[in-house]
Amino acid sequence: METRHIGRAVTRNEDARLLAGRALFVDDVELPGMLHAAFLRSPHAHAEIRSVDVAAARARPGVVAVVTAEDLGAYWKPGPLLVPPPPIPGVVFRQRCQVPLARGVVRHVGEPVAMVVAESRYIAEDALADIVVDYAPLPAVGDLEAALAPGAPRVHADLPDNIAAEVRQAKGDYAAARARAAHLVRRRFRYDRGASIPMETRGIVAAWDAKADRLTVWDTTQAPVVIRNGLAAMLGLAESQVRVVAPFIGGGFGPKIMMFYPEEMLVPWAALRLGRPVKWIEDRLEHFFATTHERGQIHEAELALDAEGRILGVRDEFLMDTGAYDPYGLTVPLNSQCTLLNCYDIPAYESRFRAVFTNRTLVSPYRGAGRQHGIFVIERLLDAAARELGLDRVEIRRRNLIPPDRFPYRNEIIYQDFAPLTYDSGDYAALLDKALAAIRYERFLSEEQPRARAEGRHLGLGIVCYVEGTGIGPYEGAKVRVQPSGKVTLATGIGTQGQGHFTVLAQVVAEQLGVDVRDVEVTTGDTDQFDWGVGTFASRGAVVAGAATHEAAAAVRAKVLKAAAEHFECAEADLVLADGKVSIAGVPERAITLGELARLANPLRGAVKPGTEPGLEATRYFGPEMGATAAGVHAMVIEVDAETLRPTIHRYVVVHDCGTVLNPLILAGQIQGGVAQGIGNAFFERLVWSEDGQLLNASLADYLLPTSLDVPRMELHHTVTPSPLNPLGTKGAGEAGAIPVGALFAQAIEDALDLPSRGIEIAEIPLSPSRLWEIVHGGG
Amino acid sequence: MSARVAVTVSVNGTTHRREVEPRLLLSDFLRHELGLTGTHVGCEHGVCGACTIRLDGAPVRSCLMFAVQADGHAIATVEGLAPAPGRLSVLQEAFRDAHALQCGYCTPGILMTVSAFLEETPDPTEEEVRHALSGNLCRCTGYQHIVDAVLLAARRLREG
Ligand code: FES
Ligand code: FES
Repeated sequence: METRHIGRAVTRNEDARLLAGRALFVDDVELPGMLHAAFLRSPHAHAEIRSVDVAAARARPGVVAVVTAEDLGAYWKPGPLLVPPPPIPGVVFRQRCQVPLARGVVRHVGEPVAMVVAESRYIAEDALADIVVDYAPLPAVGDLEAALAPGAPRVHADLPDNIAAEVRQAKGDYAAARARAAHLVRRRFRYDRGASIPMETRGIVAAWDAKADRLTVWDTTQAPVVIRNGLAAMLGLAESQVRVVAPFIGGGFGPKIMMFYPEEMLVPWAALRLGRPVKWIEDRLEHFFATTHERGQIHEAELALDAEGRILGVRDEFLMDTGAYDPYGLTVPLNSQCTLLNCYDIPAYESRFRAVFTNRTLVSPYRGAGRQHGIFVIERLLDAAARELGLDRVEIRRRNLIPPDRFPYRNEIIYQDFAPLTYDSGDYAALLDKALAAIRYERFLSEEQPRARAEGRHLGLGIVCYVEGTGIGPYEGAKVRVQPSGKVTLATGIGTQGQGHFTVLAQVVAEQLGVDVRDVEVTTGDTDQFDWGVGTFASRGAVVAGAATHEAAAAVRAKVLKAAAEHFECAEADLVLADGKVSIAGVPERAITLGELARLANPLRGAVKPGTEPGLEATRYFGPEMGATAAGVHAMVIEVDAETLRPTIHRYVVVHDCGTVLNPLILAGQIQGGVAQGIGNAFFERLVWSEDGQLLNASLADYLLPTSLDVPRMELHHTVTPSPLNPLGTKGAGEAGAIPVGALFAQAIEDALDLPSRGIEIAEIPLSPSRLWEIVHGGG
Repeated sequence: MSARVAVTVSVNGTTHRREVEPRLLLSDFLRHELGLTGTHVGCEHGVCGACTIRLDGAPVRSCLMFAVQADGHAIATVEGLAPAPGRLSVLQEAFRDAHALQCGYCTPGILMTVSAFLEETPDPTEEEVRHALSGNLCRCTGYQHIVDAVLLAARRLREG
């Protein structure tokens, strides 16, 4: 290859537009005659709806329509199931999908009951206050274990209990492992709900063009193609009649993919019905109730070890809060179940989970997507085992790492992509060694910590390992075309929410076609440009769409060389492709630009020869047979103030292996952002609910996101074991930063305050200064 | 609905006159009346800082003001930062070079906060930068590259 673009810290193609305030976000779409929607939402966690009176709202000047479930006619039906249950023997899955507007009963605070469409958002919100709903409150369930108690109120009255799903998976023979064990460690762990809180809330604009017979929808979705296909089916339109655009999106992190949010079904329907464009932008209060959450799980786990601290087996049983409906299937608990095995050679595993309906907002994957729970459980068990066996916490990990010669490593259980969980490649000891050196582990133990203790300061260290299954199928596609101008266009079906796809994918194209990265124009998330694909989730965008882009660009490269060889009447092997032109090796003055070749490939006279196509264009698809497994180690040194229990992070080290690095600058950003969210999850962010299911901290003033004063400077290191599963050798990196942070905080805080010597362990996330105070002072 | 009120404001040096409802937020006025959609809205309750603009030079949250309160004042928004179309200011360039934005949603508010900060504090420490940024939430970056960008911009501005 003539020039290397892959692996360079290229600054981003998309930034100029964003920095100048010229980038289009959904709420920036303004159309003539546009109406505005607002939603009346349930104030109760669980209630029967006796009646809805919208007469006064309809009569308000400026109101164009008020819609209840009854008004939807045949359009009213539960949304589709996004991910079906996995092909695991004995799986129980009870599908109860959300409905566009509640009919008869509301099952969580914030569930939409009516939609108002008016000349302005201000008027639409005025009209919400005119609607009178007669609710008869019903008892609600919030707590996971209470939801399973005999006689608990039922979220879905037609079901015998609140169990949404049950899955058992096993590897090896845990009972035999347990019988042989020299040591057993048994613990209970709890992880509480948090929210992703992208800075841009959700939003949707829909416009029906009666003359063209087409619907255009701008949506903050992470999966525009799937939304397009679903909307066309629901509205009885051909797919070619619907265009979905996911323009610049202000952060996604998972919850912006959830087919279908009620508003996503209703706003396009209203635009079609009313013949005018309709916009709805979620406000921050709505976002807290109406956009999906994650994280509520309770684990009971047991680790069986031999006398040397080698893991013989693990048993885990957990409950997972799925909220009032379960359209996203079992992705989150399957991730927890699988990721618990982490980077360790665990011969026997027995795991059962039950997903539980509660009267709370729906749960769908949020950055990490259940993986942090699995990591938290195994890493906490190892910390306890090390203590009980008198081993160093690093040593017990090292003894159990999967050695580099065991790849591909088969875990025998089924992952979220329904393929058997297999680690493609890795060198876990190398990661651990690098982290130990960077955090100066030995020196911390021998000098820093004793010195601090002598001064009465509480300094602690945490070090934890993690893996992340990334880059799963089914597939993505890419279309690459050389324009007559010499610029190259790339279109793909994924959406982008800040991951730098406009640059990273351009680098992949530039690598093949020898053009400047700035001359590659990337379009993502516009179904008129490319309409095959699945979406951006599971750290898969750069891996799967990147591989498809590579293949398409390589095919165009072949066409370019063939065309140039014909033009020069020479052999392809004698050609050099660089700087936007093809020249004959050793004769640089004999050159032709890519733009000229593109024009020659699309002649106005003459025929396209049989078996050939006009233009320099290719479309390719890539579907990995399974996900690529990234891995890493995080380490940190913190100091905890003994009075306030407020921690200060002194050093934070990330060592990460995500295979081939496409752009180290963008990768650093992904990791730093992930860690920041992990820190929020570990120490700041908890959704607090009242007994009757009210969310008590639904504002950014009360639900605290980490600020620039809370997130430390991080030291990043990499190792590279390329993935054999795709042509570029990449593994995903989007979620990794967030995954191990809870386990890291727990270990470091225990260490700083020397809690285990007082018989106290940290078995829950999120923490906070006050929760920590309760734990330290025996508040349970 | 109450009667409309006349508002005259100068935004990025251009005078605009409109009749608006007294309850119209300044952020909505800028975005939807004037079409200056670079100013973003993340919370509408004064916490996130995405809507930060400069009012007579001072950084303020446009979601916490009514448009009518801006009558007679001079406003600067992100659209006015670049020296010319197709070019970026030193601050904007530093943000690109340091990869200080991912989704870019928080960025306009941060640029407006920082542009005011650097006028008052041309040679800041990292600590001072972090304090200056602490009223603007970013969910994507973890702030480190933003801090780097501000320090880089400060240096470039001092070196001219
Ligand atoms: S939108 Fe104004 S501070 Fe958040
Ligand atoms: S870059 Fe996305 S919120 Fe800051």
